[in-house]
Amino acid sequence: MRLIIAIIQPYKLEEVKEELYKVDVNLITVSEVLGHGRQKGVAEVYRGAKETGNLLRKVRLEIAVNEDFAEKTIKAIIKGAKTGSTGDGKIFVLDLKECVRIRTEERGSQAIG
Amino acid sequence: MINTGDTAWVLMSSALVLLMTPGLAFFYGGMVRRKNMLSILMQCFIIMCVLSVHWVLLGYSLSFAPSNGFWGGLRWLGLRGVGFEPYTDYAATIPHQAFMIFQGMFAVITPALIIGAFAERMKFSAFLIFTLLWATFVYDPLCHWVWGSGGWLRTMGALDFAGGTVVHINAGIAALVTALVIGRRKNLDHNAPAPHNLPFIVLGTGLLWFGWFGFNAGSALAANGLAVNAFVVTNTAAAAAGLSWALIEWFHNGKPTMFGVASGAVAGLVAITPAAGFVSVVPAVIIGLLVSVFCFIAVSIIKPKLGYDDSLDAFGVHCVGGIWGALATGLFASKAVNAAGADGLFFGNPKQFLIQLIAVLVTIGFTSVVTFIIYKVVDIFIGVRVNEKEEMMGLDLTQHHERAYTVLE
Repeated sequence: MRLIIAIIQPYKLEEVKEELYKVDVNLITVSEVLGHGRQKGVAEVYRGAKETGNLLRKVRLEIAVNEDFAEKTIKAIIKGAKTGSTGDGKIFVLDLKECVRIRTEERGSQAIG
Repeated sequence: MINTGDTAWVLMSSALVLLMTPGLAFFYGGMVRRKNMLSILMQCFIIMCVLSVHWVLLGYSLSFAPSNGFWGGLRWLGLRGVGFEPYTDYAATIPHQAFMIFQGMFAVITPALIIGAFAERMKFSAFLIFTLLWATFVYDPLCHWVWGSGGWLRTMGALDFAGGTVVHINAGIAALVTALVIGRRKNLDHNAPAPHNLPFIVLGTGLLWFGWFGFNAGSALAANGLAVNAFVVTNTAAAAAGLSWALIEWFHNGKPTMFGVASGAVAGLVAITPAAGFVSVVPAVIIGLLVSVFCFIAVSIIKPKLGYDDSLDAFGVHCVGGIWGALATGLFASKAVNAAGADGLFFGNPKQFLIQLIAVLVTIGFTSVVTFIIYKVVDIFIGVRVNEKEEMMGLDLTQHHERAYTVLE
């Protein structure tokens, strides 16, 4: 099992979701996060006081999948989120030790889908 | 002869109308995405600053100085000769400057209404220049035609009590033109933006409804029965329209919404504006009930079908509602309400309906052509639209280096 974490541009969320549905990945968790990459965010000014290195708003997706679904999921996220310019985001793939469906107490691969 | 009661009411009304612009800022601000909230507030507030100054220096003279019919000219530049004695052709019982400042508040809010059309994608610098040119070459001449001493639509007998043509059709048609030429927002098909703060929309609607009593009842320019009539029909039409929009949604979509009631109330206020000093209360109910039908069709059915991105429905509510109000004035106006007005079609005078129709068509024709030219001129010199990256990041950060809300403290 894999846990796929993706950080994407907020406005790309709908397109990524559409791509994921196409490859039959329907279970995702989304949260709003702040962060910045190499560009170090943006400058902001409040009553003349300049603040640099501010964080930009991003969206973080968490998707748990079985091994055979991992590559499809990654490709779908790329397809939905890629523009080719800086700030498109990152995808992290982690090994997932266990997964439990609370309602049925099923475990492992069974519980993921 | 100055009347203290009249003067007090007109000054109070001026303050009420001023409050409508911050009200509009919240009404529109609630509808945009979080990343553009401040850009809307900023555009509304900077209009209050810029056009208040423009009005006393130039705008009032262009709009209201007596003329040959087209433009007020420069006689009253910098309020020269506009003092504390009444100018009887406009208002016989209040100081001339009281009339001037009351009208100034209308000149402020009208261009602010257009913001709804190009929200979330116009450069701030371009917005400022566009607004100044639009006030000078669209609002001021049209205002003169309809309300100015010697203005040709006024001479023809067009009835516009508080600004159906001058304010709402004018701003609404300018909105449609700018929405068409600036183009749709990016990623609209994948990501139809939901309003970021509905309570702000309701707050804005409340402030607009409250301020509108100054707008309409103040347009009597006296504390008298006519002002009372305008006050009563304004409240009635807003209420009927809010109710009607909710019912339409209930039947059409299964549930009435808060956003719908707010939109309906504003549409009702728009529609009653030209009629407020000429119609009685039963026509006000009809005007209110029907305006929501027309505006609902415009924003929920026609707009998606045609695909133009009038982001916050400045055209769909203000132009459509304004046209209905101007035509309804030609139907329901009655000399029993206002002896200085005229009878409408239902009171045996079909000619009035025709005059109203001409005023509507003239406004649409004039405003759309001049607005288009102004937009193109600004676009050639500095470019009107922000680039894709700025639009994606939001106007708050890219145009003002501020953001409305923090996520982390």
